[in-house]
Amino acid sequence: MSAVLLIARRELRGYLRTMTGWIIASSVLLVDGLLFNAFALEGSRRSTEVLTRFFYFASGPAMVAAIFVAMRLLAEERQLGTLALLYASPVRDRDIVLGKFLGALAFLSGLTLATLYMPLLILVHGHISVGHLVAGYLGLLLLGSASLAIGTLGSSLGRTQVVAAIIGAAMLVSLLLAWLLAAVTEPPFSGLFASIALHNAHFPPFQSGQVHLRDIAYYLLVTWVALFATTRVLEARRWR
Amino acid sequence: MIQVEQLSKYYGARAAIRNLSFRIDAGEVVGFLGLNGAGKTTTLRILGCVLLPTSGTVRLDGQDLMAAPRQIKARIGFLPETPPLYEEMTVGEYLAFVAGIRGVAPEGIRSRVVETEERTGLAALDAERISTLSHGFRQRVGVAQALVHDPDVLLLDEPASGLDPVQNVEMRSLVRSLRGDHTVLVSSHILPEIAQTCDRLLVVRDGELVAQGTEAELEERLGLGGGVEIELSGPVDAVVAALRSIPGVRGVSVQPAAPGRSVLRVDAPDALRPAMARSALQAGAELYRLDVSADRLESLFLKLAGRSGTA
Repeated sequence: MSAVLLIARRELRGYLRTMTGWIIASSVLLVDGLLFNAFALEGSRRSTEVLTRFFYFASGPAMVAAIFVAMRLLAEERQLGTLALLYASPVRDRDIVLGKFLGALAFLSGLTLATLYMPLLILVHGHISVGHLVAGYLGLLLLGSASLAIGTLGSSLGRTQVVAAIIGAAMLVSLLLAWLLAAVTEPPFSGLFASIALHNAHFPPFQSGQVHLRDIAYYLLVTWVALFATTRVLEARRWR
Repeated sequence: MIQVEQLSKYYGARAAIRNLSFRIDAGEVVGFLGLNGAGKTTTLRILGCVLLPTSGTVRLDGQDLMAAPRQIKARIGFLPETPPLYEEMTVGEYLAFVAGIRGVAPEGIRSRVVETEERTGLAALDAERISTLSHGFRQRVGVAQALVHDPDVLLLDEPASGLDPVQNVEMRSLVRSLRGDHTVLVSSHILPEIAQTCDRLLVVRDGELVAQGTEAELEERLGLGGGVEIELSGPVDAVVAALRSIPGVRGVSVQPAAPGRSVLRVDAPDALRPAMARSALQAGAELYRLDVSADRLESLFLKLAGRSGTA
């Protein structure tokens, strides 16, 4: 097994064997359920509209969960001194980052897919297309992946997990609110800000059951840039 | 084996280590001695590829650390000052994980883990979670992770830190058992601890190498008289005379001790200890203790590593 997969497996086990992982999972599932019950099911709506609202309300907890899942990835290793173990091993810094990210992504994906019972309830009691379901979950996973990568970058910058979460959340909120800047700036900046908004510009098609290549490419690019920056931060830390 | 040349590390304007140069041959167990903040940890972190130096080179069998870090890392086992442990894992899982990322082939991982656990006295704890282990066993797991991939070089940063006396003796014995199979660089700020374990000492002070050699060589260079303490009962005057007649003994003084016993402080090289024991017994004394004076080791350490001394 490659070092990346070994690190990913250890990371995933870390979530499953500690209280932190279960607290994050149970909190997110509770909030998802409450939001689904309170907002997605309210009033009289068509099944498709209920599913669209489910994905919309599930996207918030997915982003918050990503930040909490990511905060420990590197900040905790630095706090506990275990980063020295990885640094001293014949593993590239990018493999360390990738392994830790993939382990966290597996946990987040499991957490996201654990909400599947809610769309299945809609499916049982109404009529929705499987395509809509797949597109919505693909969007949630891509949004989660991008948020997780941003959180990982925050974790590499923060000295403690709390600081890491704050840095990650600040970067995430900046990208989320980029559409506000688009409204108050002139072209070409307004177009730029509108296109980099993490949620507004790219998630709505997924929640409505549409998959556009540009949205997939955007989330993958954000993920890659954040992980690349994380690798650079890790490399720079060897000088300090 | 390990060749360090002009190694320096600066944190801003402050030098943690300055122009360190030394060489360690294959199979040697070398002690790295210095007070807290002398630069031991920084040096070991650089040799362990955790930290990059500001300048200077480190070569392992002629291979430059900066040019081939991955190849060199595979040949090094590093125990940082705080053992890098994942508390939620069992000892066996943890060592298997470390072996995997250090490049041990999957089919050989289990046998390496078992062998390492046996060598470090952890065999009975294979299925124990690390979070449940005592400090002493955590240190052992730390040493085990550095050993699990059977590296040529072992770097141990204060492996006996925080151990109780029994654990301390066990750790020294473990480090001694590595001699020959591995080249070992072990740091400490306690001279008696390191002197019993190592073939040779490197002494750092304020980031600079101030002395190197065996304990006896360092004593000689510093002009320190040897110091041996003998606790005995019997004809003290006869024993003193017998000791003074041994060539190489520079002086003997008598100090009070428990009722019926005396402590003689003999100014002589360590190597004369067997002759001293023989002479004391022949003079009719009963020996209770004969060892190197603790004061002597202390003064040697202070001269070497202390901020006011020079070597």
